[in-house]
Amino acid sequence: MTGKDWRNLSLSAALLALAALLPIYGSPYWLTMGTTIAMFAVLATSWALFSGPTHYISLATAAFFGVGTFVTGLWFQVLPFWALPLIAAGVGAVLAGLVGLVTLRLSGVYFVIFTLGLAEMVRQVVTWVQNQTGQRGMYVLTSLTEREIYWMLLGLGALVYLAGWLIGRSRLGFALRIIGNDETVAKHSGIDTARAKVALFMIPGAVAAAAGAMLAPRYIYIEPSTAFAPLLSFQVVIMALLGGTGRLWGPVAGVIPFTLLWEAITRQAPNQTLLLMGLAFLLIVYVLPGGFVGLYDRAKRRWGGHS
Amino acid sequence: MFILITGLLLGGTYALIALGLNLQYGVARIMNLANGEMLVAGGFAAFWVYTAGQVNPIAALVIIAPLAFAVNWLLYRIMLVPLVRRAKNRGALEVDSILATFGLSFVFVGLMTWVFGGGYFNYRFLATPVDIFGSSYAQNRVVAFILAVLIGGALWLWLSYTRAGLKLRAVAVNPSSAPLVGIDVTATSALAFALGGAVTAAGGTLVSMFFTLDASVGVLFTMKALIIVIMGGVGDIRGTIVAAVLLGIAETAVARLIDPGLTLAAAYLLFLLVLLFRPQGLFGKAQG
Repeated sequence: MTGKDWRNLSLSAALLALAALLPIYGSPYWLTMGTTIAMFAVLATSWALFSGPTHYISLATAAFFGVGTFVTGLWFQVLPFWALPLIAAGVGAVLAGLVGLVTLRLSGVYFVIFTLGLAEMVRQVVTWVQNQTGQRGMYVLTSLTEREIYWMLLGLGALVYLAGWLIGRSRLGFALRIIGNDETVAKHSGIDTARAKVALFMIPGAVAAAAGAMLAPRYIYIEPSTAFAPLLSFQVVIMALLGGTGRLWGPVAGVIPFTLLWEAITRQAPNQTLLLMGLAFLLIVYVLPGGFVGLYDRAKRRWGGHS
Repeated sequence: MFILITGLLLGGTYALIALGLNLQYGVARIMNLANGEMLVAGGFAAFWVYTAGQVNPIAALVIIAPLAFAVNWLLYRIMLVPLVRRAKNRGALEVDSILATFGLSFVFVGLMTWVFGGGYFNYRFLATPVDIFGSSYAQNRVVAFILAVLIGGALWLWLSYTRAGLKLRAVAVNPSSAPLVGIDVTATSALAFALGGAVTAAGGTLVSMFFTLDASVGVLFTMKALIIVIMGGVGDIRGTIVAAVLLGIAETAVARLIDPGLTLAAAYLLFLLVLLFRPQGLFGKAQG
């Protein structure tokens, strides 16, 4: 590793430690906000791992997340809690792999459309199964406090960053950058494009499901219509694109301001959140195509001189 | 038999909506994910004129369709032309147009919730039964089907036998060669996009005669229209109609025989089969 790598690593460790100490110096309000931010940071960063290099817009986050919460809801009484995110990650990865196998051989439009309705479809099926078996929603009552959920999410976030950093240095990451630039070139240089994409898509699937499993105790009561709320997928896309997918730290730079803004709007004018969402999408397309990362890179090129 | 006819009646309206989307995607190359909101807007407009002024929704079409045409034309000219200009290739345009129309769809939902509130909207129009082959069907569904067939048929004749229709088809086949024979691609695309929007809004008016709408239901219709367009093949009118009827029958069958809450799951099953076996569409030719 070079000196720059060591510098980045120690900087990340320091930031992680600062974030991990939030429950000690922050008020309960900021702990709640911190948990929400940590959740979106995990979801948006893992989303960008796949959608950043490939330019495939995935709207499946809510489906994986909902599956994760149901894993906890179904088994938290029979299994130790630490096992649940692992199981959820496995289920999420398998589901993502199946979706990927069906859609990722084809062009991006098919993928977007398929993931757009995926959460709703899974919700319908889960509701139907519950009706058949006579179940309703589930209570998830555990002894976990918000502080522990927050720390679990931070740990998951650290793992996502580590995975992103490793992928960036690996053959898979290199292959994906080529696919993102020109898929035909990638095919001609002998890359199995479909397999690389499916393999990568399993990461956000697993991470979103694990995050759902960790956050289930926070919701206390789980039912299909809230667990699979499609809005979550769009929030994740907006935040990741607002921050920019070109760099690993990009999504977090979008998550923090957008979550704070979202909370403020929800408090002031709850009916206007969708309008805000729409305007944010338009802002990204017309004003900030590369997100904050793009802005930063342009500023650096203009004033920064080297690198 | 009941399932087949109900499915056919439903499929006729779906076909009209999907034709609108197909014009926008097949000719103007814009994957319009705000399509369902245009439909809901058409339905709300019909609801509004019916309850406020007792205007017959069928008569209201005469105002709603041109209005939707104008709105969509402006949308294309102002918002989408810059994206078409800056796109380096078709993939980049797709990503941009998907994000932009997502934005539009949220803005529409936000505005409609603001103006009309979050409640459900329906009105009673022609809610009397008619008998076909021994079973009875709601008259409004039958009327909606007939109107959908008339509008769709007129559209097909226009596309097939007029000069303007020929231009649209030329752009659909190859937008980069169309200028060589003197076609203004931007103007033609704007026309196709506006026409697609008008057809979708008309479909929304028809749907509102028998379906309860709320401000956020649009995405469900977008989803169905997208599945139909992909199943039928982009730019293929015949395929779109067959796919729409298939979807209508499949949904009705699942709703009647298994559970009414599973209609999207039924649509997904069809979608999955198409993706696995015929990703080029029902009547499409395989590409190399």
